Amino acid sequence: MVWVNDIIQGILTGGLYALFACGLSLMFGVMKVVNLAHGDLAVVAGYIAVGIITVTHVPVLWSFAIVVPIMAVLGYVLQRTMIQAALDRSVLTTLMVTFGLSVVIEAGLLQFFTANSRGLGVGNAIITSSFSIGSQITIAYLLLMIFGAAVVVLLGLQYFLSRSKYGRLIRAVADDKEAAQLCGVDYRHVFGVAAAIAFGTVALAGIAYGMYSQLAPTIGTDTILLFAFAAVVIGGLGSLWGTLLGGVVLGVAQQIGAQINISDEVLAGYIVFLAVLVIRPQGLTARRARS
Amino acid sequence: MSTVTETTARSAEKFRVTRSRRNVAWTGAGALVVVVVLALFPYLVYSGTTSTMVQAFIVLTLACMWNLLAGYAGLVSVGQQAFVGLGAYFVLILALNGVSPFAALPLSAIFSGVVAFPLWWLVSRLRSGYFAIATWVLAATIMLVIERFSALGSGTGLPMPGLSGFSSTLLNADTYWVGLAVTVAALATTYLVMRGRLGLVLTAIRDDEVAARSSGARVGLTRMIVFVIAGIGCGAAGGLLAISLLGVQPNAVFSIQWTAEMAFAVIIGGIGTIEGPILGTAVYMVLQQELARYNAWYLIIFGLVAIVVALFARRGLWGLVDEYAHIRLFPVGYWLWTSGEERRGLLRRRGGRAG
Repeated sequence: MVWVNDIIQGILTGGLYALFACGLSLMFGVMKVVNLAHGDLAVVAGYIAVGIITVTHVPVLWSFAIVVPIMAVLGYVLQRTMIQAALDRSVLTTLMVTFGLSVVIEAGLLQFFTANSRGLGVGNAIITSSFSIGSQITIAYLLLMIFGAAVVVLLGLQYFLSRSKYGRLIRAVADDKEAAQLCGVDYRHVFGVAAAIAFGTVALAGIAYGMYSQLAPTIGTDTILLFAFAAVVIGGLGSLWGTLLGGVVLGVAQQIGAQINISDEVLAGYIVFLAVLVIRPQGLTARRARS
Repeated sequence: MSTVTETTARSAEKFRVTRSRRNVAWTGAGALVVVVVLALFPYLVYSGTTSTMVQAFIVLTLACMWNLLAGYAGLVSVGQQAFVGLGAYFVLILALNGVSPFAALPLSAIFSGVVAFPLWWLVSRLRSGYFAIATWVLAATIMLVIERFSALGSGTGLPMPGLSGFSSTLLNADTYWVGLAVTVAALATTYLVMRGRLGLVLTAIRDDEVAARSSGARVGLTRMIVFVIAGIGCGAAGGLLAISLLGVQPNAVFSIQWTAEMAFAVIIGGIGTIEGPILGTAVYMVLQQELARYNAWYLIIFGLVAIVVALFARRGLWGLVDEYAHIRLFPVGYWLWTSGEERRGLLRRRGGRAG
């Protein structure tokens, strides 16, 4: 029964990891940009939510409605300026620039908000309550909501990209931006929109993590970026469904690791990641390896 | 027919190819003087200054290695702190077994290089951006594994044994000399690598990977060699760090800050040039010394400058120097001289395309 509980908890936390990974996966899929500042931007979103709640006293769940648009605008602006400028130079430049951004954000958060961790929505009834199945399994409403949100976001994004008109445009630009430009598409704008969507999911991930656990300046890389990346690689590069599966596998591996030895939670996840890298470098769902 | 013969005859007479435009002997003599003066520092300055210099040696060694990785081999690794940590822990392990930390340093550098082989096998499956994060995950994993060993101090680390016999003056001086030796070795290795056949392949990869590949350059093998060299160099720097801190703390030696410092120093100084890391380290040390009072500010400013340089002055500070003065401290290319010492064309490797 303990193991059943671990697996259920693991699957639900996996939803959170998939939410982390969504923006990373989207930006790589469309712009071929690996945003090393991904996790730190999620933390920034979390801190913005903390600030907004402290100042305006809006209910914690309403903070999504404010922070997601803010981050989407930030994403569009950042893509059209810094990231696009780096892309115009080379792929290595995008890595150096986003790595620089990551370090600067983390040091900045440390400078202004100290290393103390902050929670979001502590004491809120919906966030802290849970229900039980039998005597061993306790499920937090929050985790269930996060998992639901992850499924909705990933499913919605998959549907948007494969069915809608604008999604087709994004896929066309991702496949061949010069050809799309010849057909009259401003690919820079489309990149901006894709970045806005990615940053919107980053905001969701940051706030969700703040409610699930505690925000601190260092978790952007230690936790969010590395877990997101592990989920993407386990699931298979370039597949949103794979990302959800990867998140779930990572979550279950961590829960089982924690059951064996409480301090091995994170390590167990990375070992599964490395095992996938060795045995199946293209990920669990991908049909062919991407180069 | 006659034209061809004529040209060949002319070229035999009047063309000359050298390593550098200016006489290299002077640069070499200058470098020797600098090293000798630096070696005399412990007799001339206060121990505070030599401690600061040790810090500079660590960053410069790391920067040289990151420059080889990112500047030439096209490998943006953000997990080099893995090797810093491994080097530090290898020195600690050897010291716990009775070896003097100073004697343990070269051994631990070699061990770090050995560990680089399996790590390369893992991360080489991924390209560019995903390679970068994979190295980061590896560094985090290695730290978590090392923290499991209570004999190595678990999550809190251990003080370095084997240093209690030294007086503090002697320890400072010895650390300084070892640091100088490590840095000179790192610079010399970079220079010799870049002068040789490997350097030629690396320059080709830097300028155009596809073209290099289609010309028969063994890109994968070359990258592996560079990754291992960088492992050795960062391991040596890590060992030096452990000795200078008189102990090892997992969070300190495996900190992403090391990779940030080495990367920013290289980007600001001039990526893909041998001189760049030296200049970048100087900028770093000035910033760090001036802004150390304001906590994380030096890292924020250093990072912002690096971003601006990466976007707008891609050859870094050294690129600007080179553009106006045509100076090469470490000539690795070739100059073509025509008759009458008049420079008509030059065959030197441009540092233009960083990545």
